[in-house]
Amino acid sequence: MPVSARRVLIFVLASLPFGWLLWATFTNHLGADPAKTVVWQTGLWALRLLLITLCVSPARRLLQWGWLMVHRRMLGLFALFYAVLHLLAYVFFILGADFSRLGEELIKRPYITVGAPALLILVVLGVTSTRAMMRRLGKSWQRLHNSVYVAVLLAWLHLFWQVRSSYFEAALYGSITAVLLLIRLYWWWQRRQKVRRVVRPGQMERG
Amino acid sequence: KQLAAARPDVVVAKDPLTPFYNVTHYNNFYEFGYQKEDPAANSEGFNPYPWNVEIAGEVGKPGSYHLEDLLKGMELEERVYRLRCVEAWSMVIPWIGFPLASLLKRFEPTSKAKYVAFTTLKDAKQFPEQKSYFSSIDWPYIEGLRMDEAMHPLTILAVGLYGKALPNQNGAPLRLVVPWKYGFKSIKSIVRIELTETQPKTTWSEIAPDEYGFYANVNPKVDHPRWSQATERRLPSTLFSPNIVPTQMFNGYADEVASLYSGLDLRKFY
Repeated sequence: MPVSARRVLIFVLASLPFGWLLWATFTNHLGADPAKTVVWQTGLWALRLLLITLCVSPARRLLQWGWLMVHRRMLGLFALFYAVLHLLAYVFFILGADFSRLGEELIKRPYITVGAPALLILVVLGVTSTRAMMRRLGKSWQRLHNSVYVAVLLAWLHLFWQVRSSYFEAALYGSITAVLLLIRLYWWWQRRQKVRRVVRPGQMERG
Repeated sequence: KQLAAARPDVVVAKDPLTPFYNVTHYNNFYEFGYQKEDPAANSEGFNPYPWNVEIAGEVGKPGSYHLEDLLKGMELEERVYRLRCVEAWSMVIPWIGFPLASLLKRFEPTSKAKYVAFTTLKDAKQFPEQKSYFSSIDWPYIEGLRMDEAMHPLTILAVGLYGKALPNQNGAPLRLVVPWKYGFKSIKSIVRIELTETQPKTTWSEIAPDEYGFYANVNPKVDHPRWSQATERRLPSTLFSPNIVPTQMFNGYADEVASLYSGLDLRKFY
């Protein structure tokens, strides 16, 4: 499949949850408490797309799916898109657009306190995701974008702290997050070993 | 099953009713699943007949009774109550039931009876989630009331809603309804009622005592640690009219029940 066709396909797939929400809103399929449904679904899809984005590197290295790399930026931007919708839905449909309450909730509720910086990181990464920004930031671009790991951990904590009685979702997404982070940890450790063994550290590979 | 004897003259809430479909398809009944649609979807196989209720503890006539025998001589009434969930949504439901007091009196509570403890059926064959490894609930679900709360005329045992026998997902065949308390107090599918001298344990206060107390009176001034209780979403709502209304003290039943708690620090005893 040519790159452009894949791009369209991934765009359409990642838009499906949003399309469903729009359809359900106008056909009254969001259930009795649509505010809750929209906030929950947008939050869940933000986390899912973030995790899918973090699968791209392992897929390239372990499955030789190099072609996926080109689409990582779009996947990350979709995670940001759903995270922003999540915030807007919370402010407008749960808080009733009462912005003074937003500040209060940010301070009072630990799960919101950790959700906010996760979203902020995604915004910064989104803004600096262009090719021009990559060039401008040079080596620090990678360091900056490594903060995606902080974002995904905070997003998971945000979910975990809301568990009332069933740990199913928290356990599911927690184990996926753990696997994706452990892979990175292993690579990092491997690189260090190589640096120690190889006399010329100039040959070390960057990942 | 249609219920006949309902006396429709006792109407407590004047708010517009939440439609039958929403009342029966948006439920917290974790024995059937954790999503709001799960109880309606997973409760078809549940069989509430025949049903026995054990009456135990500080009563003159303890024993296990058929539900039909318990209902004999009870005059069923229709009560339209607001139901305020601790999750900050609410409904208005036309229940059919009878005062819990009329049932308790029949079994002659002793002078030592200070509290009432309720237990839901434990049966993993009928309640699939009771097998779940991910649940933090120690089944069966248990709840409790102080004796004066249990004897209050607003406190009812419901056997129906909207003129029909209780659907399985709403707690068939017998559930508690305490309209001035958060919904989780209104325990469903009751198999045991025990009168006790000491305050009984309750499911949610065992899981998270800092979030859920024994009393669980609706109170807009005391937040749940994770969300505000100042307002509620009156269901059904749409995104275009979120229907966010201010929550009332004791869910609007303060005139009837506030006197039960005079002198009690409601911030401490939430």
